[in-house]
Amino acid sequence: MVSNRHGATNMTALRAKPLMSLEEIGYTVFLGLLFLYCVLAAGKAVDPGFAFHATLGAIASAAGIFLIVRSYIDRDGRVEPDEINGKPNYNLGPVKFASIAAMFWGIAGFSVGIWIALELAFPLLNLDLPWTTFGRMRPLHTSAVIFAFGGNVLLATSFYVVQRTSRARMPGLVTPWFVILGYNMFIVIAGTGYLLGIGQSKEYAEPEWYADLWLTIVWVAYLLIFLATLWRRKEPHIYVANWFYLAFIVTIAMLHIVNNAAVPVSFFGSKSYVVWAGVQDAMVQWWYGHNAVGFFLTAGFLAIMYYFVPKRANRPVYSYRLSIIHFWALIFLYIWAGPHHLHYTALPEWASTLGMVFSVMLWMPSWGGMINGLMTLSGAWDKLRTDPVLRLLVVSVAFYGMSTFEGPLMSVKAVNSLSHYTDWTIGHVHSGALGWVGYVSFGALYCMVPWIWGKRDVYSLKLVDWHFWISTLGIVLYITSMWVSGIMQGLMWRAYTELGFLQYSFVETVEAMHPYYVIRAMGGILFLIGALIMAFNLYMTIRHGEAEKPAADVALAPAE
Amino acid sequence: MDFSYEQVAVFAQQSGLLYFFLIFAAICVYALWPKNKAKFDHAAQIPLEED
Amino acid sequence: MSLMQKHAVFERNSIVLLVGILIVVAIGGLVEIVPLFYLKSTIETVTGMRPYSPLELAGRNIFVREGCYLCHSQMIRPMRDEIERYGHFSLAAESQYDHPFQWGSKRTGPDLARVGGKYSDDWHVAHLTDPRSVVPASVMPGYPFLKEAPLKADRIAEDMKTLRLEGVPYTDEDIANAEADLKAQVNPDGTADELVGRYPKAVVRDFDGNPAKISEMDALVAYLQMLGTLVDFSTYDDKANLR
Repeated sequence: MVSNRHGATNMTALRAKPLMSLEEIGYTVFLGLLFLYCVLAAGKAVDPGFAFHATLGAIASAAGIFLIVRSYIDRDGRVEPDEINGKPNYNLGPVKFASIAAMFWGIAGFSVGIWIALELAFPLLNLDLPWTTFGRMRPLHTSAVIFAFGGNVLLATSFYVVQRTSRARMPGLVTPWFVILGYNMFIVIAGTGYLLGIGQSKEYAEPEWYADLWLTIVWVAYLLIFLATLWRRKEPHIYVANWFYLAFIVTIAMLHIVNNAAVPVSFFGSKSYVVWAGVQDAMVQWWYGHNAVGFFLTAGFLAIMYYFVPKRANRPVYSYRLSIIHFWALIFLYIWAGPHHLHYTALPEWASTLGMVFSVMLWMPSWGGMINGLMTLSGAWDKLRTDPVLRLLVVSVAFYGMSTFEGPLMSVKAVNSLSHYTDWTIGHVHSGALGWVGYVSFGALYCMVPWIWGKRDVYSLKLVDWHFWISTLGIVLYITSMWVSGIMQGLMWRAYTELGFLQYSFVETVEAMHPYYVIRAMGGILFLIGALIMAFNLYMTIRHGEAEKPAADVALAPAE
Repeated sequence: MDFSYEQVAVFAQQSGLLYFFLIFAAICVYALWPKNKAKFDHAAQIPLEED
Repeated sequence: MSLMQKHAVFERNSIVLLVGILIVVAIGGLVEIVPLFYLKSTIETVTGMRPYSPLELAGRNIFVREGCYLCHSQMIRPMRDEIERYGHFSLAAESQYDHPFQWGSKRTGPDLARVGGKYSDDWHVAHLTDPRSVVPASVMPGYPFLKEAPLKADRIAEDMKTLRLEGVPYTDEDIANAEADLKAQVNPDGTADELVGRYPKAVVRDFDGNPAKISEMDALVAYLQMLGTLVDFSTYDDKANLR
């Protein structure tokens, strides 16, 4: 592929064009080397799954080089101006891509979730095939909703918010696209890997070593481009939403690297062994796992709250001072909470006590943030009736409050002894995931899609209303059924007869769960229906939405 | 390493408490410092002021 | 166009913020994780614990590959009902060679920390092939393909070398004999003295009921049958390992 680049440079030399920028050359060389490694690895692969991924990698790096060279030829020596008529010329192409990707992965992830929920109710649906068993499909569901849907929402909104609040165009010709496309490539590698049986069985960190390595590279580029945009900002103060984004990016990098430290058995095979073992691995895993919740699913989405709620309500955040205290207290306390996933295990008791104490304290900054978000509406509550998008955002904050109350409760050892290992945990996760992360993402996309495509508003607010009510019903079915099944499970496991024998065999407790698993799946189906309505609505907004009055910055967004 | 578990635990608990207290105090002082008020009031308007 | 077109030096506020975040988030992890490498209760070995035999390791890798931990925990908590249902509560040392740990977080199915020896090989094979043939109300997926899939045995020494790099005490001898040991463990007619010498309590059987081939089923059942069997709790002193 290096020769390809030379070819391109020679061609341009004839036409006396300026040379490729250093950035373009750098990425071309990097992708060229990656291409060579992938071709080599595909040939020498010790397992078929790795050969498949190496082939995918080779195709993707070749495509990347093609895109870089083509855009270099197309731009013909010109560079997008940072400003047009004194207004920042925002780079919105990558934001658009990530928004659509988020919607796509969301629907895929919700669908897989319904499938595995039905598998638990009707095990025949596992189909007796390796690729469709619950064990391989569940990581596909969790990764698709957390990392693919949530991750693309975070990428899209962070790229948008950091540019708008800095009032500066994001620098870089290739880097923004490298981050977005590279991240989605990671998703493809991870997801196909799960189905093929490639995974290290660490919860929420299932991808194997090469996918982890690739994500690390993408993530460093993400951090740099985010910082570089901040460095161009027009005023000295950094808006608080960007604090949350920065904490999310930095902390996820740290957690990802430490938790996934592994030695591959072969550089041409998919299998690796994580360096940590036993109780140390358990602690590292839940330090990672809980802070993936804390920094990916909380800090990142709080950044969305701190930008989109004020923006949509058209009033400043209730208390900026509270937002600062919220920020530091949250990141400071969250990082300690991990051991509450390991109560009564072989982890030393002091560590699990520490985790419990911090989890309970965490309730305070969480509710501080919730109050800050909700009170932003004070004096404008009537908007909740007329604007279903704002309602989605506000209800998401309410769900945030609910699950950050439930979380500390479940971290108390006495409660945890009942709730641990049961569906209560699953219900708790989903009240946060569907109610908080889902709704705040939906709200942000409903706001942002019209803005970046230069439309006046979303195609149909009526449909947003339908989306809201259908999926709210879905969430209610989901979390109530999981409360009942979880608490019932916990109580049945510890029930004794009068004679002092265990009252239920394990399989009797499994049987008792059946109706709740059916109700849960129905809740999921409603949530998916809502998302499908949303996808249609966004499609119509982009395609047929009423254009905004001449908005220079949007009209001149770069074509992609 | 001649420390007993209790000694280590007491040391860790006390220094931990001090660390938390100091860091929380520092955050509150920064957030509530009167001189910073104008800056924060302005910052809160950033999302609304853009073009 | 350079990333730092406008600012030759890193801009101050953002770097202060970055460093502040890093310091705040690094401390919690360090305090909770580092001591676990030094505390007696988390690093002491318990009599009977040994690294996995090559066949058990291959079986464990299948367990990891299929994501079994998503429904089956391997961590018995010290509560009356759990101890009565599953056996002695799990010790830290019992997962000391587990890269990664498989304690799990959900019990859609029962805990497996001490499932070894509780059921016959035939039961396991039937159950894994079609769970509802032996437990009608089970919601477990069937794994009929495990019996058909031949176990890839030729690279198991590489796996053991990698684990040795990470601190699992496999000897040169263990690694040199890896493939032979793997095959010896499924061959009840051969001599397995050497294998059992290297891996005490290793069970030597044709696990999947098909002596003609070494299948993934052989390995997985061998792993399940050894789970929780290494420590002899009639001689283990609960009090000795506190702290």
